[in-house]
Amino acid sequence: MSKYSTQEMVLNMGPHHPSTHGVLRFILQTDGEMMVKATPDIGFLHRGIEKIAEGLPWQSFLPYTDRIDYVASVNCNLGYAVAVERLAGIAVPERADYLRVIAAELSRIGSHFIGFGALLLDLGAVTPFVHALRERETFNDLMEMLCGARLTHNYVRIGGVSQDLPDGFAEQCRAFVDHVEHEFLDEFNTLISRNTILINRLANVGVISAEAAEEYTLTGPNLRGSGVRFDLRKDEPYSVYERFAFDVPVGTGRCGSLGDSYDRYFVRIDEVAQSCRIVRQALDQLRAGGEIRAKLPKPFTVPAGEVYVRTESPRGELGFYLISDGGKNPFRVKIRTGSFSAMTIIEPISQGVMVADLVAIIGSLDIVAPEIDR
Amino acid sequence: MERAELISLLSSRLGSALLSTAEMRNDDTLVVVDRKELVSAVGTLKNDPALGFTTLMNHLGADYRDKLAVIYNLWSPALRNKITVKVYLDRDNPEVPSLERAFHGISWYERETYDLFGIRFTGHSNLKRLLLPDDWEGHPLRKDYVAPQSYNGIETGRPDLLDEPAAAEGTGV
Repeated sequence: MSKYSTQEMVLNMGPHHPSTHGVLRFILQTDGEMMVKATPDIGFLHRGIEKIAEGLPWQSFLPYTDRIDYVASVNCNLGYAVAVERLAGIAVPERADYLRVIAAELSRIGSHFIGFGALLLDLGAVTPFVHALRERETFNDLMEMLCGARLTHNYVRIGGVSQDLPDGFAEQCRAFVDHVEHEFLDEFNTLISRNTILINRLANVGVISAEAAEEYTLTGPNLRGSGVRFDLRKDEPYSVYERFAFDVPVGTGRCGSLGDSYDRYFVRIDEVAQSCRIVRQALDQLRAGGEIRAKLPKPFTVPAGEVYVRTESPRGELGFYLISDGGKNPFRVKIRTGSFSAMTIIEPISQGVMVADLVAIIGSLDIVAPEIDR
Repeated sequence: MERAELISLLSSRLGSALLSTAEMRNDDTLVVVDRKELVSAVGTLKNDPALGFTTLMNHLGADYRDKLAVIYNLWSPALRNKITVKVYLDRDNPEVPSLERAFHGISWYERETYDLFGIRFTGHSNLKRLLLPDDWEGHPLRKDYVAPQSYNGIETGRPDLLDEPAAAEGTGV
């Protein structure tokens, strides 16, 4: 026994803290540098999006879906649109499906740049974050070209998309994905991914076994980081995803143990390359001409019924449970997000880690606060 | 598994706990379960090797005006089937057993449903509000909810700029 006695201290982290990715709070019980327990306190960004949905027509709710996860807004638009289309039985024109995939995969690339970039920033590596944001800037330019917006894109419509590809977009988009896949990722991995300090900070930290990941309903890259090969684009294809060849990267315990923070970090790096492959194939397969929006009845109503539709967003399973009573507005919209389920595992895995490791754990789970609170 | 086959399998395994089944859109199957037998029914769905609904995809509450409901979306990786388990609750005394023992990850979902619908989960380890402040009154996603005019002395409303031109002029910069 040590001759020095220690005592537990309660520390407040957040709601305004640079490493909490938005406004969320942790109540830390610490013993020196060791964490006894980290209790998350959420709700600071609760805007009541599900309540707002009940007061709006089906189509008018689309811009609000941008604000569920503003880092990857196209994926949220898409999840909602696909759910409404499944409930109402609307067929989407083929060209619109391809445009959706292109925008959604670009959005995934842009989102992962923020995901691993911000993780590195939280760990003190400022330069790689700037490199990642430099590339995200090109993504912002592409999306601005496509739909006029740089953050909350609102690109997808129920039954299609808002705009066709502008002139010159395909070439610039191809140049972007070629650059990201063949130049940027190599540069980035050389710069930081194989850095010893980074590996020491992430390897064997916040290990989540495959069983624990499933038990705590983790999805997306966080689940795949624990070695579970499950991707809704492959396992329950929506839109036209079954037409593309791509791999589903999973954690392998590359630098430490399976399911550690480094695995989750590297799964996102690998996914960026796969998204580049999908965008390239979608541009190749896209035929000239054709409708980009299905004709919808006016006024637009959805037959009474219920549906649960899940899609693969960059932060995991994005599910919409919709209840319609046949009226103009949704009767109930429940949004299930990847960040919400990722938050629930922080308390159990943060026991006994160092205080600084909590930052690595939060960052490696790629949490976006508005998506938790909705 | 084909849905007709799944429905007959479910009715043989769940027995009297199963109140009704129906086909839903998006290859989903609705399974309405008796409130009193929810825990055992979910235990069967999860642990029966022929079913294996081990993944909780989603949980939500719903207010159908005449009654409340809790809904669980489950996924069976073995069968590659989805089911939607629904339990109807009495509006005046909404109480349902917590499923924390079956799914660790459901804890926050149940807190959210308690917060927004006022449905109590008996046996829950930490049933308190999740998204709203602890001193908030009422449960906003209930259909009969009336939003309060103020919260701790802070007005919650604001003038509608379209309806009242006078108010709009007053707030102009």
